[in-house]
Amino acid sequence: MAFLVSHPDEIKVVSKRFGKGATDLDRYLELDGYKAVQKALGMQPDAIVNLVKDSGLRGRGGAGFNTGMKWSFVPKQSPKPKYILCNGDESEPGTCKDRLIFEHDPHSVIEGVVIAGIATGSHAGYIYIRGEYRYLLEIMQKAIKDAYARGFLGKNIFGSGYDFEVYWHGGAGAYEVGEESALMESLEGKRGIPRIRPPFPAVVGLWGGPTVINNAETLASVPHILLGGAEWFAKLGPPKNGGTRLFCLSGHLNRPGVYELPMGYNLKKMIYEVGGGITNGRSLKAVVPGGSSCPVLTAGEIDVSMDFDSMMKAGTMLGSGGVVVADDTTCMVKFALRITKFYQHESCGWCIPCREGTDWLKKTLTRFHSGGGVKKDIDNIQYLSENMLGRTFCPLGDAAAMPMISIVKKFRKEFEDHLEGKPCPFEKTGTVEELPVLA
Amino acid sequence: MLTHYPTKRSVLVPTLLYAQDEVGYLNHEVIHEIAQRLDLTDLEVSNVISYYSMLTTKPRGKFNVQVCTNIACMLRGGEELLDHCKQKLGIGHKGTTPDGMFSLEEVECIGACSWAPAAQVNYDFHENLTAEKMDKVLDEYKNN
Repeated sequence: MAFLVSHPDEIKVVSKRFGKGATDLDRYLELDGYKAVQKALGMQPDAIVNLVKDSGLRGRGGAGFNTGMKWSFVPKQSPKPKYILCNGDESEPGTCKDRLIFEHDPHSVIEGVVIAGIATGSHAGYIYIRGEYRYLLEIMQKAIKDAYARGFLGKNIFGSGYDFEVYWHGGAGAYEVGEESALMESLEGKRGIPRIRPPFPAVVGLWGGPTVINNAETLASVPHILLGGAEWFAKLGPPKNGGTRLFCLSGHLNRPGVYELPMGYNLKKMIYEVGGGITNGRSLKAVVPGGSSCPVLTAGEIDVSMDFDSMMKAGTMLGSGGVVVADDTTCMVKFALRITKFYQHESCGWCIPCREGTDWLKKTLTRFHSGGGVKKDIDNIQYLSENMLGRTFCPLGDAAAMPMISIVKKFRKEFEDHLEGKPCPFEKTGTVEELPVLA
Repeated sequence: MLTHYPTKRSVLVPTLLYAQDEVGYLNHEVIHEIAQRLDLTDLEVSNVISYYSMLTTKPRGKFNVQVCTNIACMLRGGEELLDHCKQKLGIGHKGTTPDGMFSLEEVECIGACSWAPAAQVNYDFHENLTAEKMDKVLDEYKNN
């Protein structure tokens, strides 16, 4: 069970039921539960889509696409069944927010799935939870069962004449499955390999039917928008960045934890006030602002608003809300190596730039950090990364490339300090790894 | 569960994990049985198994200790914790103790970043770990 934290600057929307026993259905009902679905049942589908569009809710999984807009792409008439798919395959390093939503407020996700279904004319939804989160899958299984027992799910929900089925589904360990098309492959019982787009899932998705795929936090936000209104939600954040966000603070911080802060909250304040500053009174070196796929920021670049557009302007991304903070004792070469090891391990191998690129990056950085670096490696890291960017079926290749490009660019001196047999200035690294140099 | 999906094979991934929890690992008999029930070939099932990191075709210890060393855990001592487990258990990555009690794995991000360093023993999360806390955790499993 994960520990809960709080800070006075928090605005609790998605987390408002955390720690209040809302996994129990009666308790959830006391806390305004299932009111939003009943409201949605009395609305025209287009009105729900427009409400969510106007709220400025954008995908919390990382891409930041307008949720209402995504729903509007689903064709009204479809010969095949339409589906809602909740992405709970949370695996982006630095991110641990969906875990808290499933643990403390599973019914809010179910509600979000049902509302998305009503808005798009779908009658079935799947909640996919990563395999490592077995205890959360069990919480979700019970929540779904309880909701069925009260007639909130199944045939004729709330006596409305509308049918909606919700099913749970568990993964078995794969980062790549968090990518929407790989997620569908996995749900269909296959290896999680991405699909070529177009066609996009909104047109051809699960079993060939139109499919809406949203992150768990996105869906958990939807019931609050239905009840609080689009204007209220939109005004919580800066223009086009509605609402709040669960920020997962980790790394060298005095008070790490998951905090719900308004969109556009200042990153510097987040680190020094909410997160309590750097451990042991040390100084800041680098921040991963939104999960390991985002370009890193240096200590001089943190006076920025944490919303999708401002982060884009700052040359990075808001991503999935995972803020990883590294102090001045951190070796950035090692940091780059660890990120690369992850992407090399998780690459599905389907496209060559990603499969070969991550492997060469890992070999190069492993040798480099162990003291066997040559000058050419620094440019090779840059070259390999730039050649992966935009050249893969899914964003995993980009995710592996972007942090590398930023680390080499912003911390080139640290790479030079490791060169030509010089030991890592930060730690003992043992024997030099004999790995090839890319010609 | 089969009624939840329009195609039989959709149950495959969660079914494999549940079968593994029962049997300990996915041996030929289990693979064959699942393939038969879902109208798949053994090879199709094996292909899926090899993709997912939690699925294994080799026996593991009763308690599988999975230490995260990804960035958030690395910054807070995840690698040292893994080294400590290696020494304490006398095994390496993907090794199993001779008594079959423990196996050890270095794993990628398990979603415990704000409570790092973290490890999972089978499905249980253990967070904000130190070497001493880890020893206690391992002893508790051993003595139960």
